[in-house]
Amino acid sequence: MPLEYYLVLSALLFTIGVIGVLIRRNAIIIFMCIELMLNAANLAFVAISRSLGEATGQVFVFFVMTVAAAEVAIGLAIIVSVFKHRQTINVDEVNSLKG
Amino acid sequence: MNPEQILFIFFGAISLIGAIAVISFRHPIYSALSLIVTFFAQAGLFVLLGAHFVAAVQVIVYAGAIMVLFLFVIMLLNLGTLSAQGAIGGKLKGFAIILGILLAAEGIYIAMNALNDTAVASAEAAAESVTTTTYDIGELLFTKYLLPFEVTSLILLAALIGVIVLVKREGQEEN
Repeated sequence: MPLEYYLVLSALLFTIGVIGVLIRRNAIIIFMCIELMLNAANLAFVAISRSLGEATGQVFVFFVMTVAAAEVAIGLAIIVSVFKHRQTINVDEVNSLKG
Repeated sequence: MNPEQILFIFFGAISLIGAIAVISFRHPIYSALSLIVTFFAQAGLFVLLGAHFVAAVQVIVYAGAIMVLFLFVIMLLNLGTLSAQGAIGGKLKGFAIILGILLAAEGIYIAMNALNDTAVASAEAAAESVTTTTYDIGELLFTKYLLPFEVTSLILLAALIGVIVLVKREGQEEN
């Protein structure tokens, strides 16, 4: 398969993630859309790594996954503590930094 | 059509459908399950690209650990009762989708023109027969990228401590 097809698929997945962040107001679904975007970037990394015949792209995918795991753990902990205070995770209602 | 093209279309279609389902289901549980489908389809694409290590890590870390965390939080907060707070209104939604289509067009344009660079094209021609294995990835991780690899462990440590601090604050008065 030519590299372009994988890059186009990756661009489409990234766009769906962006649209999700723009139209959904539920903080957990916004987080899932961020995961979707990170995965689209991973797909582009692996496709380019394959076409260049190097493993460097896959090493970067490893780093992206680590950052994503750390980000999800922290983000969900924040969502849980916001929910404890406000009883909602709608991002339009959670608009103040003061607890 | 050779088998590789059929598998690419199969996995690509599944991952796109799953991704669209993530942003269109009202209930967060259904979104999370669709996201797992997307992750599995992407693992299939990684196998097609010859990246077996990345495919295995994708299934274990993303579809396993991260999605279990998502489902656990959704069930812990019992968000099913709040599912009415789904999406934004009609006009803003249309605007967001138009912006998305523009972004997709831009991304496709860049993807189609990425290979016009002669350096990339010649490297690709030279790399036709080379396959990267888990051995190559491990060698790179422990030689050229040793420092970033060690910093990764610091990120995980910081995340660990951060999560404990965030969650512990509530119960401190009881102790």
